[in-house]
Amino acid sequence: MAANNHSEHQSAGHGHHIIPAEIYKKVALALFVLTLLTVGFHYLFHSVMHGSVLAAPVAFLIAAVKASLVLMFFMGLKYDSVDNRIIFALGFFFLFVLIFFSALDIWTRVAVTSTL
Amino acid sequence: MSTSSSHTHDSHVAHHFRDANHQFESAKQGIWLFMVTEILMFGGLFVGYAIFHALYPKMFAEGASHLNWKLGFVNTLVLIFSSYTMAMSIHHLQKNEKSQAVTKLWLTVGCGVIFMCIKAFEYTGKFQHGFLPGRLLDVVHTGAESANLGMYYGFYYCMTGLHGLHVLIGMGLIVWLALRAQKGEFGEDYFTPVEGVGIFWHIVDLIWIFLFPLLYLVG
Amino acid sequence: MSASTHTASHTSGEVNYINEFKGLKSWFTSLDHKRIGLLYMISVLFFFLVGGLFALLIRLELFKPGAQYLTPDQYNQVMTYHGAIMVFMVIVPGIPAILGNFFLPLQIGAKDVAFPRLNLTSWYVFMLGAIIAICTLFLGKIDTGWTFYTPYSIKTGTAATMMVVAAFVMGMSSILTGLNFIVTVHKLRAPGMTMFRIPLFIWAIYSTAVLQILATPVLGITLLLLAMERTFGVGIFDPNLGGDPVLFQHFFWFYSHPAVYIMILPAMGVVSELIAAFSRKTIFGYTAIAFSSIGIAAVSFFVWGHHMFVSGQSEVAGIVFSFLTMLVGVPTAIKMFNWLSTLYRGNISFESPMLFALGFLFLFAIGGVTGIMLATIATDVHFHDTYFVVAHFHYVMVGGTLMALMGGLYYWFPKMFGKMYNETLARLTFVLIFIGFNVTFFPQFILGAMGMPRRYFDYIPAYQSLNSISTIGSWLIGCGFLLSLYVIVTALRSGEKASDNPWGAKTLEWQTSSPPPHTNFHVEPVVTAGPYEYK
Repeated sequence: MAANNHSEHQSAGHGHHIIPAEIYKKVALALFVLTLLTVGFHYLFHSVMHGSVLAAPVAFLIAAVKASLVLMFFMGLKYDSVDNRIIFALGFFFLFVLIFFSALDIWTRVAVTSTL
Repeated sequence: MSTSSSHTHDSHVAHHFRDANHQFESAKQGIWLFMVTEILMFGGLFVGYAIFHALYPKMFAEGASHLNWKLGFVNTLVLIFSSYTMAMSIHHLQKNEKSQAVTKLWLTVGCGVIFMCIKAFEYTGKFQHGFLPGRLLDVVHTGAESANLGMYYGFYYCMTGLHGLHVLIGMGLIVWLALRAQKGEFGEDYFTPVEGVGIFWHIVDLIWIFLFPLLYLVG
Repeated sequence: MSASTHTASHTSGEVNYINEFKGLKSWFTSLDHKRIGLLYMISVLFFFLVGGLFALLIRLELFKPGAQYLTPDQYNQVMTYHGAIMVFMVIVPGIPAILGNFFLPLQIGAKDVAFPRLNLTSWYVFMLGAIIAICTLFLGKIDTGWTFYTPYSIKTGTAATMMVVAAFVMGMSSILTGLNFIVTVHKLRAPGMTMFRIPLFIWAIYSTAVLQILATPVLGITLLLLAMERTFGVGIFDPNLGGDPVLFQHFFWFYSHPAVYIMILPAMGVVSELIAAFSRKTIFGYTAIAFSSIGIAAVSFFVWGHHMFVSGQSEVAGIVFSFLTMLVGVPTAIKMFNWLSTLYRGNISFESPMLFALGFLFLFAIGGVTGIMLATIATDVHFHDTYFVVAHFHYVMVGGTLMALMGGLYYWFPKMFGKMYNETLARLTFVLIFIGFNVTFFPQFILGAMGMPRRYFDYIPAYQSLNSISTIGSWLIGCGFLLSLYVIVTALRSGEKASDNPWGAKTLEWQTSSPPPHTNFHVEPVVTAGPYEYK
């Protein structure tokens, strides 16, 4: 819930955290490297190994790392208030609820009747 | 009038906020709440994709095999770079470096243009070869093996289309920001709209980060 | 955000938000949350009238078995419009957008909501959606029921796509309102107004806003996919193409079950205010009621499958959802017990708002308990898609939400307009609506238990007498609402001047003048105590 709205008195212009340009450069570089890594693994799994169960988990793991970099630095969530972090996490939590129950139904249904 | 706006002379502060920072923090929270709705809206599509991918892995693999991952790859790099320039424009504004900020904003718009051009190129190619959503899919021309391949392209167009719409809206907003920044309306004291649109632009990037492996690689 | 546009100074108490600016344009461009609340009030009450006329048509057709006035197709359309208008255009926006807009800033001691321009935008977006919805009446109509269930909604030749767009647009408006309210509660509380000093109405509106933010986007994407399905036949929800119509129901109820609580939570908030005010007693269990609002909001996301017990959902999912649904009873019962404990040894008086609040307690208890019966799979299989369900959700939505909306309107009317209404007639509206409601819907429990299926245009003669009673009840409700319209209009024209605090209530909105000035308070309030400090 909200932190008390009177505890954070700061005058205009001095309340903002300036993220150094150096960090932005490093993050962008990391994102480029991770994208290359994604494509590298794709080449490895598809063209060398001709398919692997690891293909999807690896691709999404890298995507998740990339997404958290964007969230933390570009979107500044690392330096943001606890409120805003909770708010954003809530979105992902309820998305998980949606897929969990929808998949639970369809999975148990297909397991019993072998059809939708 | 009210008592609380007396200790600030900032013309951007509305009467119901204490000061510029109070207004900035409120606006930012509003933006974050809006981002949650974006995540849940796109999330619904991802959930649908995940479920049907699990049910029809072969059909999804067939669909993805017709996509050119190199185009998706280039677009990923373009969007990441645009996110970087967007973040940098705020960095420059916070240091009152107006001209660099404006340049970074126009660079961001430029990246958006490149992204949309590649997307348009990709779409026309798909249209010409009959890879259309649902019942419009040209079964003969595409040589579709799976009976419901149209579903894959339903997801493809829905997800990339909705994402593309967000890119276009974001570009429009950034053009507006760049023009305002040129007039010197933003600086270290006031850059709330840039911050807000920036967060929006990054979420568009973030969604693409997942769309790329989902549609082009894993399939 | 908004630039301040007002110029008059508040030297005299006579200047208020209504008379400070003149002309129609000043209303349609106003960023004042109070004026926007009134814009919502006029539009929602108008849509309520339209939805109510459709309801009367349904009951008229069902007065006797066989065709009376409508063809079966027309009946399906009337039933759909009644549902869609009442849900999307009346009950979902109802209390939050009217009373919430007006009283959220007042009750927390703020000058406005966080984003006044966004607030006005959401009214325009709402009206755009509403106009699109009304347009379908002239451009093909719609007969899917308000739930747009696939696969029928894919096949129907009616204007379903347009109606889906309308619902999507109104959903956007709902999101913007929720977003605005959350930030307002977080950031704009007056000095000393801690989270545990905000009135319980605010806790309810706040929980509702969280639901609006988290649930509505999924409705948006569901409706978008449905529109895709109708246009391109992508097959996601179409069993003929390997899709799953039950998945549509999952997506739909992921929104629409929380939406049920979007409809009822604000009503519970209003009732908390009314019961405290008219018992003249500190509310019993403030914290428990506040957290039960959040609790109901949270639990609402885990129970949607109880709408799908007979839809072909798996047994495992059914059992899990049935179990989870029982959890809703816990926070709801906590609220009930706390309200009753507040009444206990209170200095109760029975003005019209309090009558509606007590009516709420009675009807909502019936609606809630029958909800538990429907949450139990074994009994639900028998009751599902019968009039038992219809009666159940009308006891909650009408007996609950509309009773609270009426009570809230009567309670806050003096503050909103600075005038008093005719109390005797107002009590008479309660009597008419309360009796009419029970006459209309109690027989439907029996009809449902007898097996009469819902949504049909015709029925076997064995059901006739109860159906006729139900129809007569609907006329009583209609008279009740017409009378309250009369009460409100005459009060607006020639009501006595209301004092600043006619009920002796303790929440912040009663500390300012009636009607309040544009900036709400003449002096910024500083809060030193909780909202219900009655002695």
